Amino acid sequence: MSDAMTAQLQFRDLTLGYDRHPAVHHLDGEVPRGALMAVVGPNGAGKSTLFKGIVGVLPPLAGRIDLCGLKTRDIAYLPQAAELDRSFPINVYDLVAMGLWRRTGLFGGVGARERDKIHHAIAAVGLTGFESRPIGTLSGGQMQRVLFARLLLQDARLIVLDEPFNSIDAKTAADLFDLVRRWHAEERTVVAALHDLDLVRASFPDVLLLAREPVAWGAAADVLTPDNLLKARRMCEAFDEAAVECVA
Amino acid sequence: MLYDSVIAPFVEFEFMRRAFIGTLALAIGAGPVGVFLMLRRMSLMGDAMSHAILPGAAIGFLLSGLSLFAMTAGGLIAGFVVAVLAGLVARTTELKEDASLAAFFLLSLALGVTIVSLRGSNVDLLHFLFGSVLALDNPTLILITAITSVSLVVLALIWRPLVLECVDPSFLRSVSRAGAPAHIAFLALVVMNLVGGFHALGTLLAVGLMMLPAAVARFWARDITAMIVIAVATGIVSGFAGLLVSFHAGVPAGPAIILTAGVLYVGSVIFGRAGGLVQHLLPRRHLEA
Repeated sequence: MSDAMTAQLQFRDLTLGYDRHPAVHHLDGEVPRGALMAVVGPNGAGKSTLFKGIVGVLPPLAGRIDLCGLKTRDIAYLPQAAELDRSFPINVYDLVAMGLWRRTGLFGGVGARERDKIHHAIAAVGLTGFESRPIGTLSGGQMQRVLFARLLLQDARLIVLDEPFNSIDAKTAADLFDLVRRWHAEERTVVAALHDLDLVRASFPDVLLLAREPVAWGAAADVLTPDNLLKARRMCEAFDEAAVECVA
Repeated sequence: MLYDSVIAPFVEFEFMRRAFIGTLALAIGAGPVGVFLMLRRMSLMGDAMSHAILPGAAIGFLLSGLSLFAMTAGGLIAGFVVAVLAGLVARTTELKEDASLAAFFLLSLALGVTIVSLRGSNVDLLHFLFGSVLALDNPTLILITAITSVSLVVLALIWRPLVLECVDPSFLRSVSRAGAPAHIAFLALVVMNLVGGFHALGTLLAVGLMMLPAAVARFWARDITAMIVIAVATGIVSGFAGLLVSFHAGVPAGPAIILTAGVLYVGSVIFGRAGGLVQHLLPRRHLEA
């Protein structure tokens, strides 16, 4: 194996869930450094749960996640429904600037170099001129652009995106996906939950099809077969209140 | 004429000058705290905390009479205990902060009332329920100004995590562990400012100088820095005008200050440029782009 195949993320018999009910069940495998991986599956398949496990918000019920040297704070994470208070009086510039947190911390100054980076990030997502707009006045797509600008500044080796292109138009999605491509070219590891299977087939080398249990994991063409997709759709979503303890 | 009614009372009477210094300090310290409480949708927390402080101050009073130290220490301890317990329960269990705070402040209040009743009620207790802004002695003034100074320094230190925790708490958790300490420090500031406020205005009115200016500020600014400046200015103006109203009309000073702030609040609700009533009812023509 070459250096490029060193793992960035390893799942070891990982089970994540809520109130002892598994939402991700016995997941094994590894994500190589620099991979561009899509996680697909029906609603309730455990995609968001898996991501919460990766970034350390949700401790595993069993098994473990190895970040291969990264700390959870080194991961840039875009949650599906950002818990963001859009009514808070803060403007685009300041929100994007928070992406520099790891560099500036609590008290670090924001000098000319940092301001330059912030302006570049805002320009890269096509929001130049929006710097002083309160975030409450942005559209859904513009807000997503702002969050991507913040991700850019985080300069992370591992980027986790939970359904980043939901409910935004095709143009915005294409623009933002260009950034994902750029991260991939910079050999960052990107893991993204997606529903657009055409996009996944066209652009993601690695795919994990999840339906609580891992259904298939590998190259897009091998994973996204009609058989596998049907299997994923059939897996039941509801927790079984009478479920017995898993001994596997 | 203007001098006689506006300036002269402060020049001639030392108690008026002391009262103004006290409310000035309170406005500067409590204003920013109130703005953050409002932005976190915890406006009623100040009210709950003021109830939580009361029993502690009452215990201090019962133990050593009208001693500034005992009442302050009692109030601070009771407030911190309630704030920290409520914060911990909210952070570690499913219960949200408002519910856990309600539970703890009710317990604290009930405990305090029980303790007071064991010793029999006392008229002097009214002194700190409704404050004595016109009788601030040196130690009390020093206490209030010290609390304000500490507040401003602590706010400067926790500014970034505090703002970020209001806007995007999950992002803060993902980049830093500063969220919880900042939250606890902020709760401590709330308690401290209420304790400072109750010496001047009483526990019940202390909340007024914290929340009314914040509510006023929301109607005039869309930026947090501007909001804080406006809140502080509102507090200072309320203190100044309220003392004059109290002086000329012979009404109690504490309520006069809060009522003045109330007038500013009602005016802001009606005329505020950032979402006031007039703006809603008489919208101007839309722009071209």
